[in-house]
Amino acid sequence: MAKDQKQQIKKLEEITYQLRKDILEMTTIAGSGHPTTSFSCIDLMAALYFSEMKHDPKRPEWEERDRFIMSKGHGAPALYACLGNAGYFSKNEFKHLRQINSMLQGHPDRVKTPGVEISTGSLGMGLSVGNGMAFAAKMDKKDYHVYVLFGDGELQEGQCWEAIMWTPFARLDNVTVIVDRNNLQNDGWVDKTKDVSPIDKKFEAFGWKVIKINGHKFSEILPALKKARDDKKPTCIIAKTVKGKGVKFIENDPDMHGKALTQEQYEKALKILRKGF
Amino acid sequence: MAIAQYKIGEKVATRDAYGDALLELGERHTDIVCLDADLAKSTKSILFGKKFPDRFRYVGISEADMVSMAAGLARCGKVPFASSFASFVVNRALDQMRISVAYSQTNVKIVGSHGGIVTGEDGPTGQEIMDIAIMKNMPNFNVLVPADYYETVACTNAMYYNAGPFYMRTCREKTPILYESVPDFKLGEANVLQEGKDAAIIACGSLVGQAMKAASILKSQNISVSVLNCASIKPFDSKSVEKECSKGIVVSAEDGVIGGLGSSIAEIIAEKRIDCKLFRVGLNSTFAESGKAPDLLAKYEMDANAIVERVKKGLGEKK
Repeated sequence: MAKDQKQQIKKLEEITYQLRKDILEMTTIAGSGHPTTSFSCIDLMAALYFSEMKHDPKRPEWEERDRFIMSKGHGAPALYACLGNAGYFSKNEFKHLRQINSMLQGHPDRVKTPGVEISTGSLGMGLSVGNGMAFAAKMDKKDYHVYVLFGDGELQEGQCWEAIMWTPFARLDNVTVIVDRNNLQNDGWVDKTKDVSPIDKKFEAFGWKVIKINGHKFSEILPALKKARDDKKPTCIIAKTVKGKGVKFIENDPDMHGKALTQEQYEKALKILRKGF
Repeated sequence: MAIAQYKIGEKVATRDAYGDALLELGERHTDIVCLDADLAKSTKSILFGKKFPDRFRYVGISEADMVSMAAGLARCGKVPFASSFASFVVNRALDQMRISVAYSQTNVKIVGSHGGIVTGEDGPTGQEIMDIAIMKNMPNFNVLVPADYYETVACTNAMYYNAGPFYMRTCREKTPILYESVPDFKLGEANVLQEGKDAAIIACGSLVGQAMKAASILKSQNISVSVLNCASIKPFDSKSVEKECSKGIVVSAEDGVIGGLGSSIAEIIAEKRIDCKLFRVGLNSTFAESGKAPDLLAKYEMDANAIVERVKKGLGEKK
């Protein structure tokens, strides 16, 4: 591994420690929200917001920016942690998550929160929106890239597949889908509920290029994102992830989907995060 | 000029007006992009599609996908017009209109053609009767139900020139021309098509033609009724409606009475304590059936004769 890549990874690991801390803090103060969902995708999002994506927190509506769409909208704390740490708004806002008069709604709100590209929270809509943005880029001959984050359970929504069918057909090589493959959904395991596998073969059959990675390893995430941007084909990155990754006692727990940590759990979790994983 | 010339009383479908108006807008405004879910030949967006293929896309038979895609286009500075049958776009893409458009406040224009019972032969699957009630309830959406060709041209222009989410309903059935030319349409303003003192008919869309016919039948019987055309369902012209209601007898005419135009009128009567008898013409939580439009309007008591009867009943009760 090149030295600069090592440094970059070290920087990202420091950032994700902070992002995880912020996610825990904001959801514990709120007393609700989806910390484990957020932990599952936070490394992927950190790689986007703090390395791969071209964006400017001081100009959230900058026309040339890359777009990120959080299709799995309940992962909002992960998005807010990225946007706040990047400088889209004051990190002070974190402690008002889900409270009245706050800019940070339970699910991403396009109007209230700078940096949120589109409101989500009802599953399945993200790639359709992303396709619209990518089509606009082609019409305007702009070279921005569009990233859409799907949950694996979310792929049970029919609209995902309507959109997945369209991207390669419309030759939108400026779209990258990332599937957060943690095999958990609200009520249990994805493969025991309505199995979405094989995700790779399905995407390939729909005309996508597929890259499979470990969604917590920057040494795999960063090159995959580079490849996805440079490919002349829409790319789907299937990222194997662990729901709650980073804090063992909340990892892979089907009963932790929509639960915030108690104050006691929060303090215990912080100690674990400090030690690193 | 894409806008055609017609004489009052001639019959033309409002969907044709949408096609013509969009074509004309497309010439002048390159930010307009048009999407259609495999019904462009029917909604008439095909006219735009043929002229501006680079700015037109079929999204396939997938209305939900189309509406969210339109929201993405709008977020990148485009003004997307997305069309399909009213029954499909409103019902199948309801959640997408709610989250990607209404909640996100994206500048998306939705056009549902084949609205109402007059869609006729296709039967209840194609006769959209709930759209007004549904879309009226959608935060941030403007709702337009124009009555004739010219008013539809005006409404299509209004959708482009006013920022924000819009839903407009058009019809396949040919309806009579009511205006001499494209009217000066303003959002939130109803239009008095005919003045009268004994009672008022308040209607929207294809039922305005029936209202005008009813008014002329009543005139021949020396009964003077006004006709108020409410193309702007939301924002709603409460003031004009209030004024009509002060006549004491009002008949509302539309396709579905629950939550629709008639409901808006009833709310005004109650909230303003107006002494007014309201008859609501339209389907009341009922599916119609296949058939020719005039036969359906007669069977389900929604035609001019049905309106005439209600007005006379109201006047009789008053005496």
